[in-house]
Amino acid sequence: MIKEISKSIREYKKPAIATPILVSLEVVMECIIPYLIARLVNEIKSGCELSVIIRYGLILIVMAVLSLIFGAAAGSTCATASSGLAKNLRKDMFYSIQNYSFENIDKFLTSSLVTRLTTDVTNVQTAYMMIIRSAIRAPLMIIFSLIMAFVMGGKMAWIFLFVIPFLTAGLGLIIYKTMPLFRKVFKKYDNLNSSVQENIKGMRVVKSFVRENYEQKKFDAAAEDVCADFTKAERILALDNPLMQFCLYVDMVFILSFGSYTIITSQGLNLDVGQMSALLTYGFMMLSSLMMLSMIFVMITMAAESGKRIVEVLSEKCTLINPKDPLYEVADGSISFENVSFKYSLKAERRALADINLNIKSGETVGIIGGTGSSKSSLIQLISRLYDATEGIVKVGGIDVRKYDLETLRNQVAVVLQKNILFSGTIKENLRWGNKNADDEELIQACKLACADEFISQFPDGYDTYIEQGGANVSGGQKQRLCIARALLKKPKVLIFDDSTSAVDTRTDASIRKALREYIPETTKIIIAQRTASVEDADKIIVMDSGRINGIGTHEELLANNDIYREIYTSQNKAGERDE
Amino acid sequence: MNNKSTKKGIIGRLLKTIREFYPVMMPFTIVCIVFSAIVSSAPAIFMQNIIAVVEESWQNGDWNAVSSKIFFFVSILVAFYILSLLAGLIYNQLMAIITQGTLKKLREKMFNGMQRLPIKYFDANNHGDIMSHYTNDIDTLRQMISQSFPQLLISAISALTILSIMLYFCLWLTIVVLVGVVLMYFITKKIGGGSAKFFFRQQTELGKVEGFVEEIMNGQKVVKVFCHEKESEADFDRLNEKLFSEAERANKYANILMPILNNIGNVLYVIIAIVGGILLIFDVPNVSISGMAIRLSIIVPFLNMTKHFVGSINQVSNQINSVVMGMAGTERIFNLMDQLPEQDEGYVTLVNAKEVDGVLTECEERTGMWAWKHPHQAEGTVTYTKLRGDVRLFDVDFAYVEGKNVLQNVSIYAKPGQKVAFVGATGAGKTTITNLLNRFYDIADGKIRYDGININKIKKSDLRRSLGIVLQDTNLFTGTVIENIRYGKLDATDEECIAAARLAGADDFITRLPDGYQTYLSGNGANLSQGQRQLLSIARAAVADPPVMILDEATSSIDTRTEAIVQRGMDALMEGRTVFVIAHRLSTVKNSDVIIVLDHGCIIERGDHNDLIAQKGQYYQLYTGAFELE
Repeated sequence: MIKEISKSIREYKKPAIATPILVSLEVVMECIIPYLIARLVNEIKSGCELSVIIRYGLILIVMAVLSLIFGAAAGSTCATASSGLAKNLRKDMFYSIQNYSFENIDKFLTSSLVTRLTTDVTNVQTAYMMIIRSAIRAPLMIIFSLIMAFVMGGKMAWIFLFVIPFLTAGLGLIIYKTMPLFRKVFKKYDNLNSSVQENIKGMRVVKSFVRENYEQKKFDAAAEDVCADFTKAERILALDNPLMQFCLYVDMVFILSFGSYTIITSQGLNLDVGQMSALLTYGFMMLSSLMMLSMIFVMITMAAESGKRIVEVLSEKCTLINPKDPLYEVADGSISFENVSFKYSLKAERRALADINLNIKSGETVGIIGGTGSSKSSLIQLISRLYDATEGIVKVGGIDVRKYDLETLRNQVAVVLQKNILFSGTIKENLRWGNKNADDEELIQACKLACADEFISQFPDGYDTYIEQGGANVSGGQKQRLCIARALLKKPKVLIFDDSTSAVDTRTDASIRKALREYIPETTKIIIAQRTASVEDADKIIVMDSGRINGIGTHEELLANNDIYREIYTSQNKAGERDE
Repeated sequence: MNNKSTKKGIIGRLLKTIREFYPVMMPFTIVCIVFSAIVSSAPAIFMQNIIAVVEESWQNGDWNAVSSKIFFFVSILVAFYILSLLAGLIYNQLMAIITQGTLKKLREKMFNGMQRLPIKYFDANNHGDIMSHYTNDIDTLRQMISQSFPQLLISAISALTILSIMLYFCLWLTIVVLVGVVLMYFITKKIGGGSAKFFFRQQTELGKVEGFVEEIMNGQKVVKVFCHEKESEADFDRLNEKLFSEAERANKYANILMPILNNIGNVLYVIIAIVGGILLIFDVPNVSISGMAIRLSIIVPFLNMTKHFVGSINQVSNQINSVVMGMAGTERIFNLMDQLPEQDEGYVTLVNAKEVDGVLTECEERTGMWAWKHPHQAEGTVTYTKLRGDVRLFDVDFAYVEGKNVLQNVSIYAKPGQKVAFVGATGAGKTTITNLLNRFYDIADGKIRYDGININKIKKSDLRRSLGIVLQDTNLFTGTVIENIRYGKLDATDEECIAAARLAGADDFITRLPDGYQTYLSGNGANLSQGQRQLLSIARAAVADPPVMILDEATSSIDTRTEAIVQRGMDALMEGRTVFVIAHRLSTVKNSDVIIVLDHGCIIERGDHNDLIAQKGQYYQLYTGAFELE
């Protein structure tokens, strides 16, 4: 994990290395200062000249200034290093997600990707800052203080060798006890929050069924549970402070009583008052550093979870790779499936598609019809290589799709997805997703074909109307028509509609199809539809059932000899027949 | 200025709220903290006493002469230490309980308050934003309550205590320390203020990145299909770079503050040593409470106290960021809690009823017959009206935003048992009518009568209980399939739930799920298809068995073949109920008793299928639009 994350340090290596060095220098200064002060105190005690005091004073102030400079510089490089790592991590994750295939995308929930890119990165950033700054400062501080304590206090310093392991063991035990608790409770906390989210999203349902009190009880119980676990963990963690204080007090009492004894009995030879005061200072520095270390350790352990989640995204192998010597030309819009089978994941038991054999000539209009879950979408997603077939070959323009450059293939095979999305921005900006360089006339032309021009020109801002996130300010049918126009702008050889006109009224639906037939006759058009009416005039209609082709033929043929097709047809026209 | 005082108000309100939650524990904890802070500063005095003794007698080396004195002071010291430890232990434990308890209670208060908010609030506010009250904002509070509050209190008290001890020893040295402290105060204010400002900006930038990422991730498949990866990467880089520069600045400020304060502490330490030395050498007369002359035994503990004092101030500056962020979080939380809840002046309630000798009377048990209980305050009488499902709208006007009428002069009569369908383009006002029926929104003008009663007089919860609603966007809850169905009627038995599922035509696919009715659904039933989710939500409404049903595009995602299969169930479901149907599929609405064609909030046609076809109006056009294709 560390190796994977450290790859993102890159241009911020320099500040990352400079920080610990600067911190070390700062620590050295900070440790020498009490030593010099002890010497100064002794000088004063022995009644020295004022000049001696001033000399010491100057040295000390210079050291303090140096310490300040080192400290401030370390703080600054550390900020750069950690913010830089965070930036690169976000970038690397975003880029690798952009590289994901559909299969990779299916694996992650959107919300979880967003959390990984934000909260998790922030956690790692904080931990990283801790590591390069404090995690080096604290142990160095302990070591230097200990050395100085031995230099100053001699035998007296042995007390630290007794107190430090004791405190370490105590803090270690606390961490050992709390970490599993925290891990458990964080999971519960996540669940609590996702249930809140569910509640907010489903508020209309909650209110319609008058379930406010029920939801409240459910929430209170979950909140109680989380709170109980959190309290338990926090209470153990709250022992940290008293433990630390205890050690400090033991240390002080020891130094004061034995120190006094030593000073008096040795008449100030083995220890003097200044040294004793320095010992007290070093003791404090040491123990608080140890405390700091334990806090850092807790933080790092918590951030490790975030780190793992980030690495999951970074190390996810893209399942679709561009071929080595890709083809940049698609000959025509003919499509063929040869013995194609497909599973969404290798582990899946069920084949989403089985034994598909299919030939579509360039320029043909093909309808695909079938019930929910009959794998209509799976079938067309293989054509533009959104997924790779598990077995068999899918060809476009007579050549295996895996031989094409991905971008070329996807530009030539345009898919209007079922779950289509507009992005925040003007209508023009959204349309230009299809073709960056399209001029206004081309945009209008495409919109006319998609029957979108009529409503766009009614908007006060026309083509400059701002579309809100997810296309919230246009109706479902308008959204679909915009998505069709966007795909038309690609001027593809194959155009696939995955149930793309479900929210469009039947007349508009028909006029879109008519326009397509007239204006882009050479483009192969594949239409997945719920309504038989949408595909009746197709050159051929494919009836899908549970991942297999149940029948291929024209409307009349299928009506005559395909049960499923007939059933779908009558279900949509039954009421009509009764009326007539 | 004004801004500042409201910020203080927030902290005050938070403290008051905590005290309401823990009326005994909170004051007690504060006492413990204060006690602990005083007790742990006091030992400096006894330390000074010990050193004074040592200083006096180290030259003669007679341990026995002074041991009793030293041990006396040491034992007082130990006593203080024990007290301080105990107080510390207690307050740390109590703080852990108070913090988590307060967070829990705030969460509950917020959630409970939120349940009472009108739908308008949820329509007007971004869901992600509402959500962040429970995550980000509560998290900032945790840090502030558990760490910052006690720390600030301790620091303040320690500083005060140390200050008095310092004055006890020597005024001159105290003045030196105070000068240093004033300097530190200004530096903290400057740098700490800058850091807080940039942290805020960092949060804003982070929010932008989050928004962008969320949008792109949501449409990741579209990005792939349009080979738009490079462009979105470039957009992302721009936002990311901005976030980086704000984060870098914020952290720089925050990181630099510590070494600066630390080293001012060091310099102060040095200056105290020097000034102390000078005072000692020149034998300057001391001014102090104790009246002691300046001696080494004053300077040595003074040095320690200086460290301690500076440490307290450092602690305060350490908490600045968390306090600033915590205040922002608290403000948002209180804001949510202060939202005006949904108002309900209704007093007509829905009760179980039975007919005794032809008179409608209220009863406890579920009879399948319902009645509106209508108390008349003026006469002090109660009348019962049988619930029949007669819904009438008279000249209803409505606007979501004032001045922009969504509905105009809409009058609809739905007789009990009738099926009323709404047809029209998106935005014509179909869903709005249903929003008015269950009073998610209130009409601007006109009246709505339910079994002859003005619906404003009916208690909202009872009104909604009498209306079953199936929405286009299905919302399922984390839990098993059967739990989701039972949501419609909490005391429904398994058999009732299964019967409802059969009625809705959902039984077929449920039994094919790996664990059947016990299959666990999460993420709004992410493992089900949209059509399956709709079937489940129909089953959920079926088990509630309401007299009036609203089906808002309830079958839009079910393919027509399946719809035909569930049609019989749907017919059975609608049998004997007043039903409002919204559908764009004409085959779904064709057999309705009344079809209402809406256009821009006005009713332009009404009648049954045959009437409308005969009228040759918009409906005819829509309908023949489909026919033309055949």
